[in-house]
Amino acid sequence: MTIKERYEAREFQTVTEVSGPLMFVNLRGMGEVSYGEMAEITTTSGERRRGQVLDVSKDLAIIQCFEGTSGLETKDTICRFLGETMKIGVSKEMLGRVFNGRGESIDGGGDIIPDKILDVAGTPINPSARQYPKEFIETGISTIDTLLTLVRGQKLPLFSGSGLPHNMLAAQIARQAKVLGTEEEFAVIFSAMGITADEARFFRDDFEATGALDKVVLFLNLADDPAIERLLTPRLALTVAEYLAYEHNYHVLVILTDMTAYAESLREVAAARSEVPSRRGYPGYMYSDFSTIYERAGRIHDKKGSITQIPILTLPNYDITHPVPDLTGYITEGQVYVDVALNRKGLYPPINPLPSLSRLMKDTIGQGSTRSDHKFVSDQLYALYATGRDLRDLVAVVGDESLSETDKKILEFADLFEQRFINQDYHEDRTIFESLDIGWEMLSIFDDPHRVLKRIPSEIIDKFHMDKRDDKTDFNSVDI
Amino acid sequence: MTMANSEQVGYIDRISGPVVQASNMLGSKLYDVARVGEEKLVGEIIKLTEDLATIQVYESTDGLTPGEPVYLTNAPLSVELGPGLIRQIFDGIQRPLPVIREISGDFIERGIEIPGLDHKKLWDFAPSVKVGDKVLGGDILGEIPETPTVDFKLLVPPKINGKIEFIAQRGDYNIDDTAATLVTPSGDKVDLQFYHKWPVRQPRPYHSRLPSNIPLITGQRIFDTFAPIAKGGTGAIPGGFGTGKTVSQHQLAKWSDAKIVVYVGCGERGNEMTDVLQEFPRLVDPYTGGPLMDRTILIANTSNMPVAAREASVYTGITLAEFFRDMGYDVAMMADSTSRWAEAMREISGRLEEMPGEESFPAYLASRIAQYYERAGRVLTIGTKQREASITVVGAVSPPGGDFSEPVTQNTLRIVKVFWALSKELASRRHFPAIDYLLSYTLYWSALEDYYSQNVNPEFPELRTQSLALLQKDKELQDIVALVGPDALPPSEKIILETARMLKEDFLQQNAFHESDSFCSLEKQYLMLKTILRFYEKAKDLHRRGTNVADIFESDLVIRIARMKYIEKSEVETSLNELMKEIDGLTPQNFEVEDK
Repeated sequence: MTIKERYEAREFQTVTEVSGPLMFVNLRGMGEVSYGEMAEITTTSGERRRGQVLDVSKDLAIIQCFEGTSGLETKDTICRFLGETMKIGVSKEMLGRVFNGRGESIDGGGDIIPDKILDVAGTPINPSARQYPKEFIETGISTIDTLLTLVRGQKLPLFSGSGLPHNMLAAQIARQAKVLGTEEEFAVIFSAMGITADEARFFRDDFEATGALDKVVLFLNLADDPAIERLLTPRLALTVAEYLAYEHNYHVLVILTDMTAYAESLREVAAARSEVPSRRGYPGYMYSDFSTIYERAGRIHDKKGSITQIPILTLPNYDITHPVPDLTGYITEGQVYVDVALNRKGLYPPINPLPSLSRLMKDTIGQGSTRSDHKFVSDQLYALYATGRDLRDLVAVVGDESLSETDKKILEFADLFEQRFINQDYHEDRTIFESLDIGWEMLSIFDDPHRVLKRIPSEIIDKFHMDKRDDKTDFNSVDI
Repeated sequence: MTMANSEQVGYIDRISGPVVQASNMLGSKLYDVARVGEEKLVGEIIKLTEDLATIQVYESTDGLTPGEPVYLTNAPLSVELGPGLIRQIFDGIQRPLPVIREISGDFIERGIEIPGLDHKKLWDFAPSVKVGDKVLGGDILGEIPETPTVDFKLLVPPKINGKIEFIAQRGDYNIDDTAATLVTPSGDKVDLQFYHKWPVRQPRPYHSRLPSNIPLITGQRIFDTFAPIAKGGTGAIPGGFGTGKTVSQHQLAKWSDAKIVVYVGCGERGNEMTDVLQEFPRLVDPYTGGPLMDRTILIANTSNMPVAAREASVYTGITLAEFFRDMGYDVAMMADSTSRWAEAMREISGRLEEMPGEESFPAYLASRIAQYYERAGRVLTIGTKQREASITVVGAVSPPGGDFSEPVTQNTLRIVKVFWALSKELASRRHFPAIDYLLSYTLYWSALEDYYSQNVNPEFPELRTQSLALLQKDKELQDIVALVGPDALPPSEKIILETARMLKEDFLQQNAFHESDSFCSLEKQYLMLKTILRFYEKAKDLHRRGTNVADIFESDLVIRIARMKYIEKSEVETSLNELMKEIDGLTPQNFEVEDK
């Protein structure tokens, strides 16, 4: 086959069917089309769109069209196969820039000059090359730092719901996140999938107000952008993140919002292909698909940079057993649960520590990293708050006459915990020492600390309890 | 048409995710390995229709094109069995991940072809047979000290027997060298190397099954005392996310009294495997004193690695386990998580457009799960001198939404004999391990009871029964408390509540991250249980003699009971006996004095 013929063989005007997000192209047994290859679709009006091969045989290619299928038809639409999988040109210049959900510049700054062109699908990190994440990130938010410590290289999603301030929380984390005692290059990559223009503007304004915009790369697929494009957006974002982290030693924080919208796009494609659905109509491979996004967080031996992920999920009807949060929870290293009941009480950030978890916390906190009392304070606050909430339920039924003095104190503690510890200002940036000390102040309401504070060893109580502190020790130090 | 040979080439017809269809494949056999495309990606034939073969590919299929060649290997998916397995970390089809890293860097590229074992490394072999000996499949030809704690035994592969014509003398060999030459009864000569290959989907033979009447000691109080598993037994740990499946599996891998541990990370987090890789070399094996890594084999096919290799990884794992069983060792295998394995089957089945069963899992899900767990067992091995050996299999299950009624959990529970149910409620109270002590069960107890009576203490079974009864009663009382508050209960029932609380907090809760508590010997478990029940009896006695129940449980001894778990191994016996003596010595007067 000559080059000319070959070129022509890759361009087809034989679209046989357009259905939902899919387009079917008859290859007439001549097209050497690869699985996962990109295609360029030219509509009758001359508009060019992009798609990707989902299934291919000698005769038929099924293409998922990222930019929608409206306006495509079966007579004159032209499909040209590009001979390569989805790639993105990356460079350090991308910092401070805004792109749409398929990676085209939309801030008027023109195209970037790529330093490298990378495949967006990414390849799995070799488990023997991974370095276990152990570096504490101070977010300045007491609930997270003390009870749900975020670690460099961790993937820690926000489980939230409609009407909850998860965007503020994510923006506050992005603004305040730092590692104690270091001044290293950091970057935030923001991948929006199906959020509204207002929400996107909120993030942009917030980054701008804090002067962080030149450290941020935004990929925006908004609610009115093509839904199937969302399958691409997080992969573009993570490819840029990997480039910055592993080639330029940046510590990258990736915010992915909203993963529920992403999952819906996945479901749309699966339904269009008449695949056998698994739970609630989502495809059976959703777990594997999620993992190719979430597992791109991490650290690698001998590489300075890191990728930390904060995916945001809006739980339909606040249901944690819904397949999207469920499968996410099985992959991510914990979850931060944004609670509708706490929000109704007017608390910000309304993080309920009880269903929340940070799996990487145990190896991260302690002397040298945070403070030696951290683990015990965390366990104790958690336990007392859990008991306090149980007691509230009990009091609602039988009244508080039957409670012991200690139980009454625990009830008081639970209120204090919500008002003083969980509750903080959107611009309030507490150090880990401040957060721990607020914890101690609340624990000091108990008259007999050694008996009530069972989760804290006696020697720690004697050293850190507010009534027992000596003046010589500097309690704002990781060394004690 | 000529017979199939390695040069024969089929052609890719269609690609759909991890599944590839190829034509011109006449002569290939089901479950043979095929090399797909110019890059020779590893795949396995899972369906044949005339000359069409359907192949599941163990690597990413991006960029494959119809028309690319498919090569046949005429061999099923096999693993290399020889020295060098221990301390290694493999992917789902036995490729060593550190070697892959040397070749392709920090990220796993595809089309890498490397053997499972190091063929260059020299091993110090000492023969234990001589020329002229008659040997059967399974007989030991000699030994290699593979790690300081594990001696590798060179076996005659199954189905081969004969007279030894040549045996390698003491010295250093690589695994390709000839270890022995046998003359079979039919007069053929067979050269044996220091390794052989075995297809992963075919169980290795054994002589006969033995009863499962020896416990696998795990050092975990909830397991050993309340729901023990036998050596050669099967168990499942189902639980939603965040309930501690992986920590439980890690604890079992760390502290089980098995000689060899095979840990399969099947479709789970990359960082969890890293955690094992970094932690195990530092941890000390309580039975041998060596590093835990010296008895561990890891298989890691994390969630973002290709889905078909995830399906293969549990078979790779159990085949390695069987190989060490055949040497006469007790092997424990952990698979985390079998749900991911089942989901891999579902994904492949969906791509094959098979008629789906429950929750779109394939209809053969139940039989695959059963076949897999049946490869566990305590057996007499094949060979002239039969050895007792076992494989214990524990599978984690990740039910969607934590709902145990889903098909993978239910089909697993039909097969396994130990059920360790993880509870979201306990986990949210930070009661770890979050194993529901009432819902969990073991079907091995009647077989194991004698072992506990003889090897731990004759009282042990009685103490266990009594504790379980208290916990059961506690649950009933808690329902009442939730309605009317604790004050409405009579004092005798308050004693039960308080004792059950001690059992839950001071016995069942175990700190996996505390040096002295992470592993708890059977002896210590017995003494702790005895101490708590001794206090219970004393509390009843004091109450009869007029002491206020609340005062009894305010005693300093209660705090000391709470700290029992942190007592170091060397001091356990003296301090707990001392504590029990003090409990026995309590009288109503003690409490009157305190009041003043």
